[in-house]
Amino acid sequence: MIAYLIKRLFEMIPTLVGITLISFFIIHLAPGKPTDILTELNPKITPEARERLEKLYNLDKPVIIQYGLWLKRIVKLDFGESFSTDRRPVMQKIWDKKQSLLDRRLFITLMINLITFAIILAISIPIGVSSATHQNSLYDKIMTTTVFIGFAMPSFWFALLLMMFFGVYLGWLPVSGLKSLNYDALPLLGKMWDRISHLILPIFISAFGGLAGDSRFMRSSMLEVVRQDYVTVARAKGLPDKKVIYQHALRNALLPLITLIGLSVPGLIGGSVILESVFGIPGMGQLFFMSVMTRDYPMVMCILTIGGMLTLLGNLLADIGYMLADPRIRAKQ
Amino acid sequence: MTKRAFLFLLSLLIAVNIMGCKEKPAATIKTISENNSNEPAYGDALIVGSIGEPSNLIYMLASDSASHDIAGLMFSGLVKYHTDLSVIGDLAESWDISKDGLVITFHLRKGVKWADGVEFTADDVKFGYDTIVNEKTPTAYKEDFLQVKKAEVLNKYTFRVTYGKPFAPALTSWSGIVVLPKHLLEGKDITKSEFTRNPVGLGPYKLKRWTPGQELILDSYREYFEGRPYIDRYVYRLIPDLSTMFLELKAGSIDMMGLTPIQYTKQTNTDFFKNNFQKFRYPQFAYTYMGFNLKHPFFQDKRVRQAIAYAIDKSELIDVVLFGLGSPATGPYVPNTWPYNPNVKKYEYNPGKAKELLKEAGWEDTDGDGLLDKDGIPFRFTIFTNMGNTLRKNAATIIQWRLAKVGIKVEIRALEWSTFINEFIDKKRFEAVILGWSIGLDPDQYDIWHSSKTKEKEFNFISYSNPEVDELLEKGRRTFNMKERKKAYFRIQEILAEELPYLFLYVPDATPVVHARFKGIKPAPIGITYNLPKWYAPQKMQKHKVEP
Repeated sequence: MIAYLIKRLFEMIPTLVGITLISFFIIHLAPGKPTDILTELNPKITPEARERLEKLYNLDKPVIIQYGLWLKRIVKLDFGESFSTDRRPVMQKIWDKKQSLLDRRLFITLMINLITFAIILAISIPIGVSSATHQNSLYDKIMTTTVFIGFAMPSFWFALLLMMFFGVYLGWLPVSGLKSLNYDALPLLGKMWDRISHLILPIFISAFGGLAGDSRFMRSSMLEVVRQDYVTVARAKGLPDKKVIYQHALRNALLPLITLIGLSVPGLIGGSVILESVFGIPGMGQLFFMSVMTRDYPMVMCILTIGGMLTLLGNLLADIGYMLADPRIRAKQ
Repeated sequence: MTKRAFLFLLSLLIAVNIMGCKEKPAATIKTISENNSNEPAYGDALIVGSIGEPSNLIYMLASDSASHDIAGLMFSGLVKYHTDLSVIGDLAESWDISKDGLVITFHLRKGVKWADGVEFTADDVKFGYDTIVNEKTPTAYKEDFLQVKKAEVLNKYTFRVTYGKPFAPALTSWSGIVVLPKHLLEGKDITKSEFTRNPVGLGPYKLKRWTPGQELILDSYREYFEGRPYIDRYVYRLIPDLSTMFLELKAGSIDMMGLTPIQYTKQTNTDFFKNNFQKFRYPQFAYTYMGFNLKHPFFQDKRVRQAIAYAIDKSELIDVVLFGLGSPATGPYVPNTWPYNPNVKKYEYNPGKAKELLKEAGWEDTDGDGLLDKDGIPFRFTIFTNMGNTLRKNAATIIQWRLAKVGIKVEIRALEWSTFINEFIDKKRFEAVILGWSIGLDPDQYDIWHSSKTKEKEFNFISYSNPEVDELLEKGRRTFNMKERKKAYFRIQEILAEELPYLFLYVPDATPVVHARFKGIKPAPIGITYNLPKWYAPQKMQKHKVEP
């Protein structure tokens, strides 16, 4: 088992290098340069000044050499400095050690997505299972309609509606941001509630939108399992229905969900670009979007590399999960 | 067991809830009133909403308006613009300009202190100048300062610059924020210094805290050389979405923002708004235009360009696109500023005249398909604009509809900014564009209209060339005689209005809104924030209690 893990981890390295190489070339293929924001259509800048700037950022060198320079730094785990005018190290931008943990971009996005993810699983699994056991009943139809409404509703629009209702009309919840202006003056419990109240709407909206996928997946997986022979056998033996469904069928129906969880790991870091913008949440999604628009190569590459690493780890975790859950796969290794 | 745990959690939540609710109003709202008048009073906080986050608080290193907003509160220039656009002293008390216009001597204010207590002197000006012209400083504002031949410190409070050639924008270029504290930055690489995120300034406000992605908090600088600002705290809240920001305004969490045209005209006329907010409206220093590629065979004939001007109704554009919040542009200057010439040729909406002119130029519908043609080529072209700017896209759509009525078929393409500039503007691969210029307060527009500025990456990308305009542009930037300058720029506008290399569309209005408790706001052509240190909230209306 351990030998297998080590082997898998080593196999990840060339894949990761491949991912970064392709990403690097693709962002350089897009027209425009990081210096454009400073120089385009600005009558106060001359072509010489532009060249000076490009030289400063090594943009005058061929892409492959730029990639080499980048890779050389990465080996030392140095992601470089952002090309935006703040010139901060990119790692500091996503994980600023001077900030409290709760205010670091990576942490904010990870936390919001993990909570959302947990809520989605906690709600969609029961919905899926009960929809499957009551297939085609009125309950099944209502649930299906509800989750699809959540899926179909444009999240930014729904967000604005809820902000208007809870934030402006009722005044119960804050409209946007992560904490209130008077946060520092609050006692500990007040601070906790302040943070939580800012997260209720964004988490509710992304969880509501994400229910459809997992619950439908669970429903069909469950439907497939209850038709299996061993379920029939269990029923024929006279086991109570509850035990058949929750002890025998459910465990097997959950297996495919492991893949789904593995696949959603990279999403944890990207977060939701739209919701982070609408709610003014300073997370990774927002940063990634801004970096792409300004062609901030080091920043984009840093986020893509971390994302690539997480995708590979997610795959590995899913495989391990399978091995732990399914003796048949364990036997093959 | 589980039930008990649940009950515990529930009670905890309720406790948190109650504590939160109890604490909130007490901490934010000051209810006691000691003074009943509307007299200026110190205190309170102004919370401003912004969609962008500053990137760098050293003015010359940043190029985004958010950075400039904040840096502008923390630093000052040597001179500044008065409300009527004349130049008055800021850090300089007075200045002398030599007869030939080549030498400017600034006499600086005495006793001005940086926020760390060190006195501001001419060395700081020289240091800032040396920094901006330094090869290694990545700045977009170098050019005006490269015209300086010699900069010298005569004594602690006197600074002199000598120019090689007369340069009319010379004096106003020192309104730019060049001054930097030498004692803190000398010998350091300023692009990497801590100073970019936590600077020491000498303006009315100083940075207290910057929480990336969330807010910047600035406290008033009590030793500010023009007197302590009334408002104790300035909070710059980052909200990337304009609809969200508007909801925050309604919920009372922010005090000031720029309204969109639809918010200004349709969503802020309720009693709630009239009682709680004050709206302002004045022309921005910017205009939107449709530029023709003058190398394209369709647009080489002046009559065609004039015909298009007659076919488009500018007031309709303003009514539909800006909800009436703008004024028609007739040239590259803003109405009611000194270089603006009101008496140039105007093109009233007149499709009949448009068709006539097109016919004169040889464009006629000979095959009866509804499209004009000439030598078998139908009149069909594409208007390019940048993606994400709905106002420009809407303007293009209306122009498309109006031109269809005179028999010209227009396509619209919106492109992502970098692609648009690099692939289409720079390579001159376009027929017409809709774009805008922000204009400085100095009327020099050499780079936009001079025929030598047509190379790739330069700004005369429509390839406009007129020897008389070239000469006038040169004259305008080389004389200090205001009358002469005015004459030159008036004539340029006449020529541009006749030849129409651009079809000038509109000057949009700025429409900020500020909470009603703030008094002392005096709208002027340069906006409302120029006298921010003099804004105040009367004692009884103050909302936030600021603890230092």
